[in-house]
Amino acid sequence: MADGRLADNILYFARALRAAGMPVGPGSVLDALTALHVAQVGNRDDVYWTLHAVFVKRREHSILFDQAFRIFFRRRGLMEKMLAAMLPETLPSAPKPPEAGAQRIQDALFAGMNQREREEQLEIDARLTVSDREVLQKKDFAQMTAAEIAQAKDAIARLVLPFEFVRTRRLAPSRHGHIIDVRRTLRASMKAGGAVIDLKYVGPREKEPPIVALLDISGSMSQYTRLFLHFLHAVTEREKRVTTFLFGTRLTNVTRSIRQRDPDEALAACGANVADWAGGTRIATSLAEFNKRWARRVLGQGAVALLITDGLERDADDTLSFEMDRLHRSCRRLIWLNPLLRFEGFEPRAKGVRTILPHVDELRPIHNLDAMRDLVRALSGASVKGHDPKEMLRRVA
Amino acid sequence: MPVTPLPASIDGTVQLLAKADYIADRSLATVLYLALKMGRPIFLEGEAGVGKTEIAKVLAASLGRKLIRLQCYEGLDVSAAVYEWNYGAQMIAIRLAEAEGGGDRERIEHDVFSDKFLIKRPLLQALEPDPDGAPVLLIDEIDRTDEAFEAFLLEVLADFQVTVPELGTVKAPSPPIVVVTSNRTREVHDALKRRCLYHWVGYPDAARELKILRTKVPGISKKLSEQVVAFVQALRKEDLFKVPGVAETLDWAGALTELDAVALDPATVSDTLGVLLKYQDDIARLDNSKVKALLDEVKAEMRAAE
Repeated sequence: MADGRLADNILYFARALRAAGMPVGPGSVLDALTALHVAQVGNRDDVYWTLHAVFVKRREHSILFDQAFRIFFRRRGLMEKMLAAMLPETLPSAPKPPEAGAQRIQDALFAGMNQREREEQLEIDARLTVSDREVLQKKDFAQMTAAEIAQAKDAIARLVLPFEFVRTRRLAPSRHGHIIDVRRTLRASMKAGGAVIDLKYVGPREKEPPIVALLDISGSMSQYTRLFLHFLHAVTEREKRVTTFLFGTRLTNVTRSIRQRDPDEALAACGANVADWAGGTRIATSLAEFNKRWARRVLGQGAVALLITDGLERDADDTLSFEMDRLHRSCRRLIWLNPLLRFEGFEPRAKGVRTILPHVDELRPIHNLDAMRDLVRALSGASVKGHDPKEMLRRVA
Repeated sequence: MPVTPLPASIDGTVQLLAKADYIADRSLATVLYLALKMGRPIFLEGEAGVGKTEIAKVLAASLGRKLIRLQCYEGLDVSAAVYEWNYGAQMIAIRLAEAEGGGDRERIEHDVFSDKFLIKRPLLQALEPDPDGAPVLLIDEIDRTDEAFEAFLLEVLADFQVTVPELGTVKAPSPPIVVVTSNRTREVHDALKRRCLYHWVGYPDAARELKILRTKVPGISKKLSEQVVAFVQALRKEDLFKVPGVAETLDWAGALTELDAVALDPATVSDTLGVLLKYQDDIARLDNSKVKALLDEVKAEMRAAE
C-alpha cells in the first residue's frame, strides 16, 4: 500500500471527525501518520487504538470516534485493503442498530447525500389527550444531527434566564462593594511602604442559582419531550447545578443520565431509566413524591424550579393544589413553561391549568415550539405581557 | 493525662460510645471503628435529629480529645474557616516600626506576617499538635455551604494540610478525627464523599430507641417510655412530611415527664403534638380521631406483647 494513499485516507478520516464536532487539527493528522508507522500496526484493532490514542482527547469523544471509525472504514472497504497485505483473515463487519453519535457521523461523512427519513416514534393519537392509564414503555429518541447540535449550542449560548443571578453571602473583590477588604488593603499599602492606605472593597458575589427542572413526559407532551431533554442537557452542560426530573405517572430523577457529555448518550440513558414514556399524567402524585422525597434535597441554595407541563391533569383536585402550593413555598421562584399556551388569547379553561396557575410566580408560554431557539426565546428576558398568572386567572373568573 | 487509646475492636467501639451514653447500632460502630483505624474522615448523612452531631461530641468526650467544631453556613470562606490575619494589630505594629524609624520594608513584612498576628480558625486549629492526641474535627452541616468550599475541603481532608501563603504549609503531625455531617439539603459532591467513609444514620428500631430514651431521660417510668417509643415508631410509619427523629422523641418524653404524665392518653398526645411534629400539614393530618386510633393500636400491641 502506497504511503500517499494512507496519508490521504487519514486526512479524510480526520476531516470527518472534525465535521462531527471533534477538535482535530492538522497536527493530529501528522501525529497519526507517525504513530501508524511507529506502531507497526498489524490488525484492525491496532489501527483503531493507534488512531484513538492520537485523535481522542476527551472521554466523550471516544464514542464519536468509534462510530466514525466503523462507518468510514466499512463504507470504503478500506480497512480490508489496508490490512490485506498484512492480515490473511477477513474480519466480520457487524453493523449494529443506531448507537449514540451514529447519526452525527453519518451526517458528517455523507453530507448532502443522505436524506434518510428518520422514523418518528411518536404516537399521534396519544398526543393532546389526557389519560391516567399508565403506559409503560421504553423510548428511542431520534438522534441529533450535527446541524441540530450546532443550532442548539448556538441558541443556548444566547439563553439569558430571567433568574440569571442571585446574590450569595460569599464576598468577592468588587469596586462597588461597601465592605472594606482589610487583607487586600493592607497588602496594597505594604507595597507602597505603608505610607498610603488605599482602601479596597468587597461586595456580595453573584451566582447562578441551581435549577430544578420537572419535565412532563406524558402522551400529550410527547412531541416536545425530545426537544426539552436536549434543552435540559445543554443547560446542564453550561451550568453544573441542574437537577432534572421526568414525570408521567411516576417521578424519575435523570440528573445523572443527562449529565453525560454526549447528547445522544444522555438521551439514551434517560430513555432506558424511565418506564412511563408518553403515557398518562398524574401531576399531583408526581409532585407529591417530589415534595416529599426530593424537594428538601435539591431546592436548597435559592433554587429556581422550572415546571414544564401542559397542565392537563384529569383529576385536578385539592391534592394538586396542595402539592403545587408546597412546591411553590419550597423554592425561590417557580416558573411554569407551558407549550400549550401558544395561541394568542388563550384562556386557562382547563381545570388542571386553573389549579396550577395561582401557585406559580411566572408563566412562560411558547408560541411556536419547533426548535431550541423558540424555547430559549420563551425563557429569556422579562416576562411576557398578558401572561401574568394572577391576571390570567382574573380574566377567566 | 495519658492519651485514651482508640478502641481495638467493633465491640470496643460500641462500649466506648455506650460509656458516654450514646447507644450506637453495629453498623455505625463498624464505620467509626474503621474510620479511626484507617485515619479516614467519616461522612454522616441522615435526617435532622438522628444524632449525627452527637457522635462527634461523644467521640471527643470519650477519647479525651479536644472537639473543634466548624459550623457551615452559606458564604463560609477561608477567613472564617481557616485563618485570618489580625489586621488591627498588624497596623499598629507597622505604625510603631515607622515611629521607631526602623523602616526596613522586608523586616516589617516578615514580622507582621508571623504566627503572632495569625488568628486561627477551626480548620487550622484542628491541624495543630495537641498533647491529648489529635482533636476531633466536626464539620457540621456541610450541605449548607457552597461547592467552592467543598472543593477547598478536599485538600484538607486528603492530606490534612492547609497552605497559608505568607507562612507556608501547615501539616498536622497526626491527622485529626474528622466527622462531616450533612442533612442532605443538597447533594454533596462525589469527590468529597469518596475521601470519606460514608454512613447513613437512620431512625433507630424500637429496642434501641427505648434504650436511648432510658439513658437520656433517666426519670421516666417504664410504662410511659414504652408507650412513647411505640407511639413514635408507629408515627414514623404514617405518611408524614417530616417524621419525628430521636431528638423529638427525647424532647417529647421530657415534656411528658414535666407534665407528670404516667401514661399516654389522646388528650395529652394532641396537646403536645407540637413537640413531635413541626409541620402544620402533619399536625392537621393527625386529628383527634387519628391520634386515638394510633394510640389504641399501640396499646393493643403492647398488651399482646405482654
